[in-house]
Amino acid sequence: MARKLKGWQELPCGAIISDLQAVKENKTGAWRSLRPVWNNEKCRQCLLCWIYCPDSAILIQDGKVVGIDYDYCKGCGICAGICPAKAIEMEKEKK
Amino acid sequence: MILAKTGNEALAYAMKQINPDVVAAYPITPSTEIVQLFSNYVADGEVDTEFVPVESEHSAMTACIGAAACGRRVMTATASQGLALMHEMLFIAAGLRLPIVMAVASRSLSSPLNIHGDHSDSVASRDSGWLQFFCETVQEGYDTLIMAVKIAERAYLPAIVAIDGFILSHCQERIETLEDRAVREFLGQPKPNYNLLDWRNPILVGPATLQDYYFEFKRSEIEGMRRALPVIEEVQQEFGQRFGRYYPVLEEYRCEDAEAVLVVMGSACGTCRVAVDQLRAEGRKVGLVKLRVFRPLVHNLLRTSLAKFPKIGVMDRVDAVNSYGGPLFTEITSVLYDLPERPKVFSYVYGLGGREFSPEDARMVYEQVLSGKKDELVTYVGVR
Repeated sequence: MARKLKGWQELPCGAIISDLQAVKENKTGAWRSLRPVWNNEKCRQCLLCWIYCPDSAILIQDGKVVGIDYDYCKGCGICAGICPAKAIEMEKEKK
Repeated sequence: MILAKTGNEALAYAMKQINPDVVAAYPITPSTEIVQLFSNYVADGEVDTEFVPVESEHSAMTACIGAAACGRRVMTATASQGLALMHEMLFIAAGLRLPIVMAVASRSLSSPLNIHGDHSDSVASRDSGWLQFFCETVQEGYDTLIMAVKIAERAYLPAIVAIDGFILSHCQERIETLEDRAVREFLGQPKPNYNLLDWRNPILVGPATLQDYYFEFKRSEIEGMRRALPVIEEVQQEFGQRFGRYYPVLEEYRCEDAEAVLVVMGSACGTCRVAVDQLRAEGRKVGLVKLRVFRPLVHNLLRTSLAKFPKIGVMDRVDAVNSYGGPLFTEITSVLYDLPERPKVFSYVYGLGGREFSPEDARMVYEQVLSGKKDELVTYVGVR
């Protein structure tokens, strides 16, 4: 997408980004080499994965985990590590 | 109130009166007492501060950055190796434009190991984007720490307030303190533009910027430092008007018609004042230029001031190990380069590792600068 680049005087002080649209456009899921796979049957809905995920990539509906947002999940594996029920497993990303 | 306090006690007392929201720190000589005494105030319930004892200085600065990104008033203290260990995070604090205020009891850097005072630590952090103040006395350290909070918050830049290790940090002086209420009224409440923990208004702190944007963000940070001097002057004047103690960014002491001046930062200014008084009594035309603000480099003030004097000695309490001159010397000669008639400028490195710098040493330097003759590029004062 062609965007006009801003000059230095138009940028927010300290590079603090409050316009999160730009963040949404940047699909960091493409960086992933390991993919978390969530198992609904093992999940106890403790939401620890949601608390710990640094990229807000745990999808929630009505207060429950319903899956993983692969557009933004970078595959760090923190969710799999923190899950007490081993309901998330990391698998090699297929090309 | 008039009290006898060491530099560390005075800075801890100032911190108590500032009552920061968060202090995260790790002890290191000679700055340990600042935070140790402050932690007593925390334990005694005299401050509202969230005190975070961390496992290293790197973590201390990291915790300070996190707390400051939540719009809180944040302070810490360190020295020497501790400041060196923070080095990575210093740049991040400045790049994020977080007004963290740090007391530094200046100390040499290893190796060899030495715990005593010189300016190696702060000066090595000169390119990190922090404001830097060097204080001559305990009183100036106390006053400057309070002013630095206001300056940092107005300029959106972090600030180091340095007192010379042991010479100021551990020596008692008579100081005049302010009332707690007067300090709080002078500082007011911080007015942050955002709060990282405000989940209703989410923000991104510390984005990745690539070839397309990094340069523009740095340019913006550079502008922040360029605009810092008027903020410093404004706050120092406010402080002076309110409390009767005013510290100019650059002070000329007995410089009228001076043939030779020394440019000095920190406690050695007091030593040089004694030497100047003695030499003036003997009819010698010498003066002292005290540089209180090292960052931003006050190039216009320095140029205007120093252009008046035919001979200048620049005193560095640190060596840049560049096979040339001291860090302040190289900056001052560069500041004077555009003058149509440039003064003679000599480089002196003194007091490394707490080596005594006496009025007699200062006299010797003045005599040499007055003579206008110096064989070596850099003179290492008092080195055997």
